[in-house]
Amino acid sequence: MQEKDKLIIGGHEFTSRFILGSGKYSLSLIEAAVKDAGAEIITLAVRRANTKDQENILDYIPEGVTLLPNTSGARNAEEAVRIARLARELGCGNFVKVEIMRDSKYLLPDNAETIRATEILAKEGFVVMPYMYPDLNVARDLVNAGAAAVMPLASPIGSNKGLATKEFIQILIDEIDLPIIVDAGIGRPSQACEAMEMGAAAIMANTALATAGNLPLMAAAFRQAIEAGRAAYLAGLGRVLTRGASASDPLTGFLHD
Amino acid sequence: MENQFFIDSEFLSPEALEKKHRLETDPSFRKNCMEYLPGMEQISSDICEKVMEQWKTYDDSNYTAKEVKAALEHKTCSVEDFKALLSPAAEPFLEQMAQRARQETSRHFGNTVYLFTPLYIANYCENYCVYCGFNCYNHIKRMKLTMEQVEQEMKVIADSGMEEILILTGESRAQSDVAYIGEACKLARKYFRMVGLEIYPVNTEEYRYLHECGADYVTVFQETYDVEAYEKLHLLGHKRVWPYRFDAQERALMGGMRGVAFSALLGLSDFRKDALASALHVYYLQRKYPSAEFSLSCPRLRPIVNNNNISPMDVGEKQLCQILCAYRIFLPFVGITVSSRESETFRNGIVKIAATKVSAGVSTGIGDHESKYTGKESDGMQGDEQFEINDDRNLETMYQDIAAEGLQPVLNDYLYV
Repeated sequence: MQEKDKLIIGGHEFTSRFILGSGKYSLSLIEAAVKDAGAEIITLAVRRANTKDQENILDYIPEGVTLLPNTSGARNAEEAVRIARLARELGCGNFVKVEIMRDSKYLLPDNAETIRATEILAKEGFVVMPYMYPDLNVARDLVNAGAAAVMPLASPIGSNKGLATKEFIQILIDEIDLPIIVDAGIGRPSQACEAMEMGAAAIMANTALATAGNLPLMAAAFRQAIEAGRAAYLAGLGRVLTRGASASDPLTGFLHD
Repeated sequence: MENQFFIDSEFLSPEALEKKHRLETDPSFRKNCMEYLPGMEQISSDICEKVMEQWKTYDDSNYTAKEVKAALEHKTCSVEDFKALLSPAAEPFLEQMAQRARQETSRHFGNTVYLFTPLYIANYCENYCVYCGFNCYNHIKRMKLTMEQVEQEMKVIADSGMEEILILTGESRAQSDVAYIGEACKLARKYFRMVGLEIYPVNTEEYRYLHECGADYVTVFQETYDVEAYEKLHLLGHKRVWPYRFDAQERALMGGMRGVAFSALLGLSDFRKDALASALHVYYLQRKYPSAEFSLSCPRLRPIVNNNNISPMDVGEKQLCQILCAYRIFLPFVGITVSSRESETFRNGIVKIAATKVSAGVSTGIGDHESKYTGKESDGMQGDEQFEINDDRNLETMYQDIAAEGLQPVLNDYLYV
């Protein structure tokens, strides 16, 4: 089962369902994400890569890992498109995570601008992975715009608060045919596991690892949680009762005709 | 308070000296500081009213340990909570405030500390601000760099590895006009990733022009939000117009700048009220311009050792730390810059709690980076410094020191789009 169970994004196959987000970067974080969490995709903020010698995050990325440049810093579709093109010029490949924020306080994504940018970039041949606020209509628009995956937020970015938007993410999983990758707000392995059980295709996280006491150990915990959640989803969850209990011998078993 | 700053230069003519003394002693001789001068754009904005309403009614003696504890327990810090955290009642809770501030800083900025350096390109000034070394009555070496000199300075700074620059001038439109500053911005774009400006306030269209030249961040210090005190400290020149200065950041954002920075010079008036107004200036503008980036600085007048009676409003290190922690808890998403006016020890400590940006390789003089950075004797003139700095670490040392604290020095996290 696990061998054939691939994550497919824009025609590219991945085995791992953990994606490292951008934000709180360090060499040790990237090492742990790749070695211990098994990440095959690493997000890269182009604005941080836009630097000279000693600092360049590109130098930290191990070979064989797929780079996912993001458009963080973009306030509208035009800026996101410019940043995506710059990423391609910098040699970051064709993947791009569209992130458009018109809010410096909560960093919530602007869905309308995200749809516009997705359409432009998909036409230019990018594998577009838009970060969005979970809204079914928007998700459908993103599919039509040519997105390769849809990335709803679980709770405000960096908050480690888990699946605050659970009900809405479930609707996206149920209704959208593209991979639904839960992005932002996942703070614990148990939350990652829960999202995977729901049928999420992958989990993106950064802060949960970056702020952990023991980075490699937390990275490994995420890997296991995501694998467990995925296996549970594939296995088909047993029923869960919301109240009361169910006798294994039916109460009406004595009835004969 | 009024007289502690007055200094007479022996180089002033009797007429100039007479005018200076009259400005200092005769309020009726001074222009109304609330009246705009010709050419100053007046925008329609409710921000000032909102900030000043809170400033007027804030009485820090109304807060007790009870309010401070409640503020520290609340998940979201309200304006009332912030007022409690700024009050003297919060002083015994400094360690708890620092713990909370550190959590917020880490949540929003991880363990990063941004580095930048200022570049003064001219020190001509038309204002008489009684506390400032650059003021027009002071006899200092005035200078304005030519574009060749500006480029040479920028090359030297860029060679040190710095990627963010803050261009400063004295406040003289006549000597350093917007076109001159614009040319400097264009040069800066060649050598740096991020270009900030700390110049006299200008109109929206001028900010737009400077943005097109490559600048993307504007810093304006209000000095004090206390208009009565402001009037007595800024006696002459366009800076005297308090409301035009207050609206500078909003004009900069209207002109397309990505971000704006704020501060009062803490200690010119009641520093708690000034800290409140500085943060609320950010708070209300952020609600109006949610996509903009914001940052706060924290220059201060220091107490004189063993003599608290001279300037009882001066700000000690503990009080400064309290203000910065309160800023961080109230506005977790804003940048906090701590300049080289603060000591190495203070800056090393505060970057672990609340500050997100520090300067390095600083000179506040004009045209002296080459001699300061390379030791090479300068063959040209150099202009005098605005103030003496306290932490003179160069970029390399600062970089290593930050990394040694377990933090991550960042030279750039910015794209000009």
